[in-house]
Amino acid sequence: MTDAADTGPAIRVIDTTSEAARRRVRTRYRAERRFKLYGLAAIGFSALFLVFLITDIVVKAMPSFTISSLSLEVPVKADTVNPDGSSDPAVIARGDFDKAVREALFARFPEASKERKSRRVIQGLLSSGAADGLRRRVVADPGLIGTTVPVDAILSDDADLYLKGLVTRTLRIAGTTNATPSATSGSVTILLDANALAGDLETVRQAMRQEGEVAQENADRVEASLGRYRARLAEAQSTLDALKSSGTTEGLAVAEANAQKLQSDVASLTSQVEGLRQRAETSLARANTTGGLERLDAALPSILIAINGGMVKATSIGADRIEGDVLLPLASTGTAGKGAWSKIVLETPEGNRKISDTEVALLETLGQAGLTRSRPNWLFFASGDSREAELAGILSSLVGSALTMIITLALCLPVGVLAAIYLEEFAPKNRLTDLVEVNINNLAAVPSIVFGLLGLAVFIGFFGVPSSSPLVGGLVLSLLVLPTIIIASRAALKAVPPSIREAALGVGASKQQAVFHHVLPLATPGILTGTIIGMAHALGETAPLLMIGMIAFIVDVPTSFTHSATVLPVQIYLWSDLPEVGFQAKTAAAIIVLLLFLFAMNGLAILLRRRFERRW
Amino acid sequence: MLDMKVMPAEDDKAAAELAPKVVARGVNVHYGEKHALKDVNVDIPRRSVMAFIGPSGCGKTTFLRCINRMNDTIPGCKVTGRITIDGEDISDPALDVVQLRARVGMVFQKPNPFPKSIYENVAYGPRIHGIATGKAELDAIVIGSLKRAGLLEEVKDRLGDPGTSLSGGQQQRLCIARAIAVGPEVILMDEPCSALDPIATARIEELIDELRANFTIIIVTHSMQQAARVSQRTAFFHLGSLVEEGETSQIFTNPIDRRTQDYITGRFG
Repeated sequence: MTDAADTGPAIRVIDTTSEAARRRVRTRYRAERRFKLYGLAAIGFSALFLVFLITDIVVKAMPSFTISSLSLEVPVKADTVNPDGSSDPAVIARGDFDKAVREALFARFPEASKERKSRRVIQGLLSSGAADGLRRRVVADPGLIGTTVPVDAILSDDADLYLKGLVTRTLRIAGTTNATPSATSGSVTILLDANALAGDLETVRQAMRQEGEVAQENADRVEASLGRYRARLAEAQSTLDALKSSGTTEGLAVAEANAQKLQSDVASLTSQVEGLRQRAETSLARANTTGGLERLDAALPSILIAINGGMVKATSIGADRIEGDVLLPLASTGTAGKGAWSKIVLETPEGNRKISDTEVALLETLGQAGLTRSRPNWLFFASGDSREAELAGILSSLVGSALTMIITLALCLPVGVLAAIYLEEFAPKNRLTDLVEVNINNLAAVPSIVFGLLGLAVFIGFFGVPSSSPLVGGLVLSLLVLPTIIIASRAALKAVPPSIREAALGVGASKQQAVFHHVLPLATPGILTGTIIGMAHALGETAPLLMIGMIAFIVDVPTSFTHSATVLPVQIYLWSDLPEVGFQAKTAAAIIVLLLFLFAMNGLAILLRRRFERRW
Repeated sequence: MLDMKVMPAEDDKAAAELAPKVVARGVNVHYGEKHALKDVNVDIPRRSVMAFIGPSGCGKTTFLRCINRMNDTIPGCKVTGRITIDGEDISDPALDVVQLRARVGMVFQKPNPFPKSIYENVAYGPRIHGIATGKAELDAIVIGSLKRAGLLEEVKDRLGDPGTSLSGGQQQRLCIARAIAVGPEVILMDEPCSALDPIATARIEELIDELRANFTIIIVTHSMQQAARVSQRTAFFHLGSLVEEGETSQIFTNPIDRRTQDYITGRFG
């Protein structure tokens, strides 16, 4: 009996066939399946977001990868570009090439170019950099002066966006009946077959009805608030009267001012309601009329008629006729048959877009002549920032980023790796090194803008490093990246098995020889990975650079470390702030370039890892 | 000992041959609070194999690592007492530890070749100590060392291959070749066969027996059969103390201490 007690607790046998045991097993498998599902869901979810993000950016960026240009045959006249007959390229470069290109465009519209006002509209189609290509070619080869040179002139941002279809939806409908204009210029009536425009008329009336209804709703809403204001005015008035009759002067002025203000509010609201009611009434009345002519105004879609080589803007349409103003003179008053004329409907009303109907008429005419074309926008990668969206490029910020990264790498890699080696391999383990270690870890968590402030105070304020230069940017970013590199390098050094150190020490290597001949080469992949991840972090950093003035508008490509420069993420930030549609596309395109750079750097990290990795 | 003092001058060389290579007197090791090695006194004869046996944690590896001052690299480790090699105190501050390790080579428990070529593994020691003056001399040292380690036949056609591509036994012989390439006087082996299969073990034991002609070898082993096979003298450690030391045959057949007897007959350990 005592023997049995001495053997301790009895060994329990688990019955694996019992129902309870089976249930336990089932629960276990279920839990595992559930966990796998959660994991899959998490991955699916993040992949979805990533796809969404990238698709969005790419779609937004697409317009900026092409640019619209105009093929012109430009006569390069000596008296325009080189009146002094100089052979000095610098003098030739100062020639008026803009005028040469401008004149070539005017030549396409001889009638319209007679007036100064319409000349200004025509030349507004061209970008301010339209003649840059021609200037470069002529400077390189002065022999071109006196000849006619084919030029791909860049169009202005607005024209470019219109041709890309980003300004308005444009419908180009070939005429289905005969059309006869009454004149070639001024006001014109185009007669069509009966009921040819009944559909259009209905569309216009529908738009009218909608407008009238909206005006009515607004009038009702304003009227409701007008009632509230009236009540408050009555209340204020009675308070004022009570004060006056009691003879108190205290608060009288305030009450008076209050009543006056309410009075003027009520008056302005009343007039607003009246205006809205009137608009609603006229719109609805117009919508409900049948027959007759319908007037088109700036709040309605524009209809342009291209006929007999000219362009007419419709001012009113009827079922069988179009009345309008000639934008570009017609060649004749002859009847244009089916398909020989066309109707261009611009869905966005003229008042809501930056490009006028006249400009559209010019662009459409040029387009019909096959002169406008879309080509890859190499300028985006070859030019600096610009106030004109069509000329803005990322080269200056790209070079700025590269110069900044060179400084950062040159500072961080040696300092970070040597600090890591000292701390990991040589430093005595005591309170002081513990303190250093804790603080390096803390530094890695400091918000980056703090480093920017530090850079501003120390590098610019105290040492006088030129502000907004890649040099000071690189210095600030190295502060940011150093902790990352030190931590990654220490981890890589720690991961080298101690047997390698012992082997080296065992054959009589000194500590330094052991570290530099054996430990460091094995830690290299880890150190490089940490460094590249740190550099990628620095490449995408914006906040500290704003503090040290790298947010400037930089057109020139920086050529030295002390030039003013900006970097890619700051360029993105600057462009994202601009209201123009063209710059929004540039923003997305610059983001793509930045992401490509980051992917390339991470790819390099993987490649270097593979290359240097050795098994032990 | 008294005899040595009156020995005539012409017999100095012979006397030096007879004198022990390594002498330890009153060696104590502390790891922080822990007293790992207690007052060890031992004489290790030259050109012979001395085996240290004992249960795990008895201090035999600690003592081995005192002989080439590898314990210096462990933080918090304190060594007191006196160890001499050929009468020279190794804890003398004037003695450079790097030079000491060139004279006292070491082979570790787990084969640890450098992740470099076989050639580089062996050539590294001679190169950092400036032993070879030219490429030809270095080649000769590498070939000679590999030959003495019994590895040359197996690797002569692939000296450029990484050392880590060899089998476990070959790697350990490569480590031995690396140790002897520097031309040490003493070779310390810390359980060199514990990670190897019996055939590779037999090969290493054979090698140790051959190397005995030129080197003083100290081997730590857990296998008593191995100690009996390769060593001339054996020391038994227990709980940080050197319990008994003597001729291997005497230790294994007629131990004086009760604890030695219990250990070699398998009562504990």
